[in-house]
Amino acid sequence: MSREAEAIEALVNREYKWGFVTEIEADTVPHGLNEDTIRLISDKKREPEFMLEWRLNAYRHWLTLEQSQAEPKWANVHYPPIDYQSIAYYSAPKTKKDGPKSLDEVDPELLKTYEKLGIPLRERELLSGVAVDAVFDSVSVATTFREKLGELGIIFCSFSEAVQEHPELVKKYLGSVVPHTDNFFAALNAAVFTDGSFCYIPKGVRCPMELSTYFRINAKNTGQFERTLIIADEGSYVSYLEGCTAPMRDENQLHAAVVELIAHDDATIKYSTVQNWYPGDKEGKGGIYNFVTKRGKCLGRNSKISWTQVETGSAITWKYPSCILQGDNSVGEFYSVALTNNYQQADTGTKMIHIGKNTRSTIVSKGISAGHGQNTYRGLVKILKGATGARNFSQCDSLLLGDKCGAHTFPYLEVKNSTAQVEHEATTSKIGEDQIFYFRQRGLSMDDAISMIVNGFCKLVFRELPMEFAVEAQKLLGVSLEGSVG
Amino acid sequence: MLEVKNLQARVENNHILQGINLTVNAGEVHAIMGPNGSGKSTLAHILAGREGYEVTAGEVTYEGKDLLAMMPEQRAREGVFLAFQYPVEIAGVSNNYFLRAALNAIRKYHGMDELDAMDFLKVVREKMKMLEMDESLMNRPVNEGFSGGEKKRNEILQMAVLEPKLAILDETDSGLDIDSLRTVAEGINKLRSPERAIILVTHYQRLLSYVVPDFVHVLSDGRIVKSGGKDLAHELELKGYGWLEQGEPAKSGVSVR
Repeated sequence: MSREAEAIEALVNREYKWGFVTEIEADTVPHGLNEDTIRLISDKKREPEFMLEWRLNAYRHWLTLEQSQAEPKWANVHYPPIDYQSIAYYSAPKTKKDGPKSLDEVDPELLKTYEKLGIPLRERELLSGVAVDAVFDSVSVATTFREKLGELGIIFCSFSEAVQEHPELVKKYLGSVVPHTDNFFAALNAAVFTDGSFCYIPKGVRCPMELSTYFRINAKNTGQFERTLIIADEGSYVSYLEGCTAPMRDENQLHAAVVELIAHDDATIKYSTVQNWYPGDKEGKGGIYNFVTKRGKCLGRNSKISWTQVETGSAITWKYPSCILQGDNSVGEFYSVALTNNYQQADTGTKMIHIGKNTRSTIVSKGISAGHGQNTYRGLVKILKGATGARNFSQCDSLLLGDKCGAHTFPYLEVKNSTAQVEHEATTSKIGEDQIFYFRQRGLSMDDAISMIVNGFCKLVFRELPMEFAVEAQKLLGVSLEGSVG
Repeated sequence: MLEVKNLQARVENNHILQGINLTVNAGEVHAIMGPNGSGKSTLAHILAGREGYEVTAGEVTYEGKDLLAMMPEQRAREGVFLAFQYPVEIAGVSNNYFLRAALNAIRKYHGMDELDAMDFLKVVREKMKMLEMDESLMNRPVNEGFSGGEKKRNEILQMAVLEPKLAILDETDSGLDIDSLRTVAEGINKLRSPERAIILVTHYQRLLSYVVPDFVHVLSDGRIVKSGGKDLAHELELKGYGWLEQGEPAKSGVSVR
């Protein structure tokens, strides 16, 4: 093996540092899925009747999909059939009361867990400027800065609380972007989702801090099914971040989330993800199945939704954060870095649906494959008849580290309006010995060379991330910080 | 400074260098000339530590140390610089960041403080002026979208900033128009110093009209077949490489392209 190859291997085979398990007594429902399971979840959350109905409706639809074997098979990923009856659909740390009201009531073990993950939940220890909702298995354990945000009329809380305290908003928007009929996993999520984050930014308010949710899977043999709903009212702005980790286990665990974003007139939502679920071991054993439906609707004129994702974890990733560009002049963006190593598989991309006039979208996808990793970009740009003057620019680049990995690109274009302009660029490159030698001849080590090359490759995406996340993302890729990020 | 003794090297079964002997002292400029395929670039690459060559015999001493035992980055930090014939493009890494990282890696190796962005800018600005380079090039990705002339100037800029003891310039004149050639040559001349040795690897004599060498060596079929002063280059220009090969002991398979 050449020295380059060894250095690449050392870089991509870092240990998974977030793989510990928190020993905590949990209230876990028996595994298996039927209407009783759903009633139990709904009951535990003391949900109003409309929620239970909504869930049961979704469940009945999912059953028809399951019976007709409609689990999606078109993605370029391979895994044994999932036994949906072997999963426990609800697991929550035991608490004395229903839901903590303040951090003092949160189990110290949980606070320690988040500290260990680098997400301190005590506000005085927090990075100022970031409010966190911490979701542990099936429940939100704490949400910080709620009062401060409340003064501006911003609602930032767990989904469960939103159902109790703002049922009218939940009822109005839940499923309005991703209906339960959308796909197999969206139907499953609608039936059994347990928690997630809810956020509402009122008219004309610019949210003064980053809102974030940190998802942690801890319990064994459970699935995490969370749901996030963000509504940006007219003229408002919000930047939202999510991060996630899980213990190292030999069994695969299912994570099937749904995220819905709604942007009204002149509103902007920026949604950033650093996905670091346990990817499985070197032989491909274990890891999270990350089957996620994320979609935003630019409902109003001049609205904007921007997705940025850095996908480094999960055994299998299946996700396509998308934008429905309904309002005239609305803008959709998708910036993605996806790294697959060892036996990881990723099939990820976006859909940009242009409905309104003069709608614009930008897609920048950077796939990095190492080991036996398989990395697929799959994207759809759809320009409907009424979308006069629509424009799209797509750029999909793949970088191969080593000779056993793969990169695949499936761009789909459907253009029904002749005034539309659609551009697509794609490249595939191997990290070159020439490049590495050039760095070394200038006095830089091989590790620095590879880091700088990979970092340079991802730069267009990293610069879209908020500063703290950009640093985190670069660390995840084992790359050093390039001065111009931020 | 540099002592090459009976250096022999091959790529697979192709014996490219067949016993090179060369001594270079501080302050000297040596030109290594020869037809394509004579082994000029191979010699430059082996001195810089590029992988893919097998040294089968001989030794190279640099400042009293075994050069061939060092990793490429160590050679660079010890002051060996190679200006590439085909400078490599690196997407997304700014020229400024790249060069500062390189300079700091070398400074760190010598126990010096690393330069911050401001101090570095001062150093670079001055050198760019000397090479008549547009400052905007510093904010662009390394060599990406650079013209041929800009790439070669960028190599000389790196040399000016990194201040090597031994600079090996591999076909730095190739692909340059006459104005660029003159600017690049002036840059090289300004970098001549009693402490620095320069090896110019070139096919043509034209660079040597601007950068006048102290010694000229002619390489053919992996050996230095003739050495002399600056006049040797002119003679070669007039008579062509064939002139030397005719005078040599008969050897098969020599082709002059």
